[in-house]
Amino acid sequence: MNHDPFSWGRPSDETYGAYNDSIAHTSPFPKMNTQQPIITGTSVISMKYNNGVIIAADNLGAYGSLLRFTDVERLFPVGKNTVVGISGDISDMQHIEEMLSDLEIENNYDNSHAEDDEALKPSYIFEYLSTVMYQRRSKMNPLFNALIVAGTENGEPFLKYVNLLGVTYSSPTLATGFGAHLAVPLLRRVIDREEDVAKTDLDLAQKTILESMKVLYYRDARSSRKFSLAIIDKDQGLIFKQGLQVENMNWNFAKDIKGYGTQKV
Amino acid sequence: MTSIGTGYDLSNSVFSPDGRNFQVEYANKAVENGATSIGIRCQDGVVFAVEKLITSPLLVPGKNRKIQTVDSHIGCVYSGLIPDGRHLVNRGRDEAASFKKIYHKKIPVEAFADRLGQYVQAHTLYNSVRPFGITTIFGGVDDVKGPQLFMLDPNGTYWGYTGAATGKGRQSARAELEKLIAKNTSEEGDIQLKARDAVKEIARIIYVAHEDNKEKEFEVEISWCSSEETQGKHKLVPQELFDEAVNYAKDALAHLEDSDESDSDADSDADSDNDNNNNETNQDNEGDIALEQ
Repeated sequence: MNHDPFSWGRPSDETYGAYNDSIAHTSPFPKMNTQQPIITGTSVISMKYNNGVIIAADNLGAYGSLLRFTDVERLFPVGKNTVVGISGDISDMQHIEEMLSDLEIENNYDNSHAEDDEALKPSYIFEYLSTVMYQRRSKMNPLFNALIVAGTENGEPFLKYVNLLGVTYSSPTLATGFGAHLAVPLLRRVIDREEDVAKTDLDLAQKTILESMKVLYYRDARSSRKFSLAIIDKDQGLIFKQGLQVENMNWNFAKDIKGYGTQKV
Repeated sequence: MTSIGTGYDLSNSVFSPDGRNFQVEYANKAVENGATSIGIRCQDGVVFAVEKLITSPLLVPGKNRKIQTVDSHIGCVYSGLIPDGRHLVNRGRDEAASFKKIYHKKIPVEAFADRLGQYVQAHTLYNSVRPFGITTIFGGVDDVKGPQLFMLDPNGTYWGYTGAATGKGRQSARAELEKLIAKNTSEEGDIQLKARDAVKEIARIIYVAHEDNKEKEFEVEISWCSSEETQGKHKLVPQELFDEAVNYAKDALAHLEDSDESDSDADSDADSDNDNNNNETNQDNEGDIALEQ
């Protein structure tokens, strides 16, 4: 008699041999969560200006290095003065999109002030998202994304970042992914510190963002020419531009690049 | 009440020998005494209104909302036992949310009506529950069939309507709705009324329906859900439009009363010009309480 309760009710190893995981097609782990993203969205870039914020993201969903989906919208307006930009895993992004829409619907339930005093503000949405991101990483089952919440609140621009680790930070210029390396230095040429925000108008900010999108398209191999841009202005409200394209490029240098593919160097 | 004392009216799940379910019929009685609710289906959306009797002067005017939002595109109002309605709306919200979670689409109004109908009907089958003491008017705008309006009874039946009214003032309200809809229907049978105009008419109909119950003070609440006015979202009407609608309703009613009185009493003619545009005068002369926000 085997006195270990854990082996009770199982075919005995002496008679049947050891249990073979590979025949039963079971995982060698008790449970497994997402280890890597599958379809991915690349950088989201954003900056404040004297009257609001700008945020932009391209429309690509890449499957590894394959530019698989070319019309993915990664900017999500929530309420009247918030936009959430999402990079990273697209399926997790769609899950977040649904959470945000539920949040908005539930805020409207029996709420006479859903349009004014109790409307969702960027800080509420950010608090919610950052809590979810941290909770999921603490369950060892993160949402594989980096998010930027942009908006205006109490007449001030609002810009904050949270990622799959639950790390949050804020800055007058923000970018996720590759953009954090390639675009942020360009954005910081215009706004290096909080004081510079007051000196930056919408035109300059928009020009800077467009220029950064161009640099990202030149240098990020998982980016697309088509992108969306949202402006949240404290006076004009939310302006959402979709189907924009990177313009005024010059690819003349491309013919001189050697050392890849089937070329003879 | 022939049913009293027969024993067949005590349980939900038992028929009387002549095939009636008395508990459900009593539920209808609760509705018949409830505040009047109205819904109108228009060309570009639906409009809801409800009469709110002021049970205490201590209540804050304009608060204590009765019309509820179920999903972003569906509104709901009911007459009868208010807590029953609150519960049904909670259930409706769960149904709408579950549809959205499963199919990633807004629930079509017709599918929503079916789910609510089944839920209400289930409450006529079991001894352990009582039927809903409400008649519910709900509707909205969806991508499948555009604007739709339904009315759901305590027995679980629901029908689609162009104009629906329930509660205490339902009879005069329905008569007014029939006139209004007949006047605004094209030869092809399409409703021509715009939600913006329906808001005024629905206010007027609430005022007309309240006439039989004149001694009681009341407030009106109006909401709409229109593809042209609210991007397909269910919302309370904006304050200016609400005021405009209430003034329109009061004017229309003053006209109505003037013409009634001039038949019987020639003296009132002298005041009639003032009555039309002046609520204060209206209040003094008629003893009717003009409701101001």
